[in-house]
Amino acid sequence: MNAISTTPPPAELEWELPERGRVAMFALIAAEAAIFSIFVVAYLFYIGKSLSGPIPAEVLSPPFLYTVCLLSSSLTIHFAAKRIRSGNVRSFGAWWLLTIVLGAIFLYGTASEWHRLIYEDGLTITTNLFGTTYYSLVGLHGFHVVVGLLGLTTVMVFTLFGTVKQEHAERIDVLSLYWHFVDAVWIVVFTVVYIIGR
Amino acid sequence: MSTESIAWPSTPVESRSFVDRLHEWIATVDHKRLGILYMIYALVFLMIAGIEATVIRIQLIRPHNDFVSPQVFNRLFTMHGTTMIFFVIMPFLFGFANYLMPLMIGARDMAFPRLNAFSFWMTVFGGLLLYFSVVGANGLYGAGNAPDVGWFAYAPLTSRTFSIGHSTDFWTLALLVSGVGSIGTAVNIIATVLCLRCPGMTLAKMPLFAWLNLVMAGLVILCVSPLTAAQMMLVIDRYLGGHFFDTQAGGSAVIWMHFFWVFGHPEVYVLVLPAFAFASEIIPVFSRKPIFGYPVMVGATVAIGFISMSVWAHHMFTVGMSSAANNFFVISTMAIAVPTGIKIFNWLATMWGGKIEFKTPMLFCIAFLFQFLVAGLTGIMQGAAPFDWHLGNSYFVVAHFHYVIVGGILFCLFGAFYYWFPKMTGKMYDETLGKLHFWLFLIGFHLTFDFMHIPGLLGMPRRIYTYEPGRGWDTWNLIVTIGVFFQAAGILVFLGNLIWSYFRGKVAGNDPWDAWTLEWSTNSPPPVYNFASIPEVKSRRPLWDLKHPDDPDWEYE
Repeated sequence: MNAISTTPPPAELEWELPERGRVAMFALIAAEAAIFSIFVVAYLFYIGKSLSGPIPAEVLSPPFLYTVCLLSSSLTIHFAAKRIRSGNVRSFGAWWLLTIVLGAIFLYGTASEWHRLIYEDGLTITTNLFGTTYYSLVGLHGFHVVVGLLGLTTVMVFTLFGTVKQEHAERIDVLSLYWHFVDAVWIVVFTVVYIIGR
Repeated sequence: MSTESIAWPSTPVESRSFVDRLHEWIATVDHKRLGILYMIYALVFLMIAGIEATVIRIQLIRPHNDFVSPQVFNRLFTMHGTTMIFFVIMPFLFGFANYLMPLMIGARDMAFPRLNAFSFWMTVFGGLLLYFSVVGANGLYGAGNAPDVGWFAYAPLTSRTFSIGHSTDFWTLALLVSGVGSIGTAVNIIATVLCLRCPGMTLAKMPLFAWLNLVMAGLVILCVSPLTAAQMMLVIDRYLGGHFFDTQAGGSAVIWMHFFWVFGHPEVYVLVLPAFAFASEIIPVFSRKPIFGYPVMVGATVAIGFISMSVWAHHMFTVGMSSAANNFFVISTMAIAVPTGIKIFNWLATMWGGKIEFKTPMLFCIAFLFQFLVAGLTGIMQGAAPFDWHLGNSYFVVAHFHYVIVGGILFCLFGAFYYWFPKMTGKMYDETLGKLHFWLFLIGFHLTFDFMHIPGLLGMPRRIYTYEPGRGWDTWNLIVTIGVFFQAAGILVFLGNLIWSYFRGKVAGNDPWDAWTLEWSTNSPPPVYNFASIPEVKSRRPLWDLKHPDDPDWEYE
């Protein structure tokens, strides 16, 4: 159309930018993923290069039960975040608590596996390359689970004191993003350590 | 449009005690104050690392010199390199990004002011940790002093066997701690650019400064994290008895090289992209023309960001990789020259036909263009693996990367200092002293680093503390060292200019350069809240639109 436009310009400029918490969490997750990828590369590179035993096939067995716990905690935190968005704080608290319990069970699984490896199989971080890379990679992930649990527990405490409300949904979303990342990394670590590495 | 600044009546401020003012600065979360703290911090370390470089050059001024011992020489070049990269250039760039980013995109502060302060103090802590090694590294073994493993600290030199005492631990922890700070700053910059732009400023209307720093922050996230991971492994090796880099237990020394250079090469682009950002703001203003080829500049920046992640092993041709790996890294290294070349042509095209004003910032940027071109060309020479087998680990390499970091990055930084000094202090710098600084530094730079290529070609290895006479290196080394004194004089003039102008300079006004980006629309120095009301923009040059309502940019963009 050639005619001179007569539509007036929109009075109010529509201006919406992404939420800063989400963007920052995605950036942080990218940084963490880069750290993990270096440890994963080191693990893969050193598979089968240990000069002495024990080797993974002798001492490792895939922790399926604990893996199911951790992965399903992604589901429960998703439900929790959904509840707080609709303002249902009690139901949110229940799902949130379940998430913490599942995370803690996973952490117990790692601890008991380490206890067995150290006291029964004699594998420590100094034993051989497998020990060094295994404890570093699984430990790095475990450290992230601990940090995540601290964050989750903080929110739980505030929930019990009744200060968590619907308007905090976005912040809880940001925290749950981190938790999803911790779970997703476990899929990689599980594959590398218990499937490829064995 | 509400970009005019509102002159607030200056309320009389009762003079506060020194302790109060110090407390205000230390506890600040204001992006402008943190930016200035970053810069002062970097200036202090610039002096320290500069003195280290001067001592290195005095030692090498003639053959068989014994100005310092070999042990001290090793510590000097390690500390010089580590300090300059991590505690001079990075803080400078973060300081400018901090100070300017919210002003340029029309925001009141960074996205996370407290994270910003945290990141700054982590960087400070890292620098102090590195220099505390001078007194703290003796440890129980009574051995060691400052770190002496070189700035890339190849294994197995860093193992307990070869680095007794705590000097290497201080180096590792300093980089680990400051790395956390860098990642925090990068997260902050990304969130600020993506979430806090003023209404109307779409991604395609951001100043190039914002684009380049956004890509820089992305690179920091992707490259500093691997360094952090590698340092964790080194700590595990040294403290917990791990074997990551322990060749006696089947570990690999080469994997450290890979991990370090996966950080090390993108790091070069982390440093140079903000320098490009300064040039992209300064050159158009002093050419009185908008930047040539804005979309191509953005595309080239993003391309550099991507390609720079895949060139790291060109630092390792002499290690002996497979020919497939050599080919890959040669080709990717050549490929990254393309977007960089595009940028140089765009800056030249911006100047072409412009009404160029040869003020100090512009002089530095013009010198940058030519020097960066030469640095790129010697980079391509070494990017060819067979040629690198001859030049690897020689003074040619040292000359090349100093051409990049001094001739490219530091020149742009000086330009940025002069360009934004009136905004940050409200005072104008002294133009005569600025030009004196430029010429002294230019002469010194070329004396030092032009002539440093030649002993490299003649086979002089880097990091040797002295050399035999009669190898054809003597005269070149003498000239190189003479150049250092010109550079030092230039730096002193620069510092004198900053201090003198801060106290005695003429009042600059809000917009001394008749510039086009938002930071020039507010007061000099800007108030705490930056803008009385958040501006709205319609084009890439909002102040041009404001000054020329009859011929605004947004009609053409």
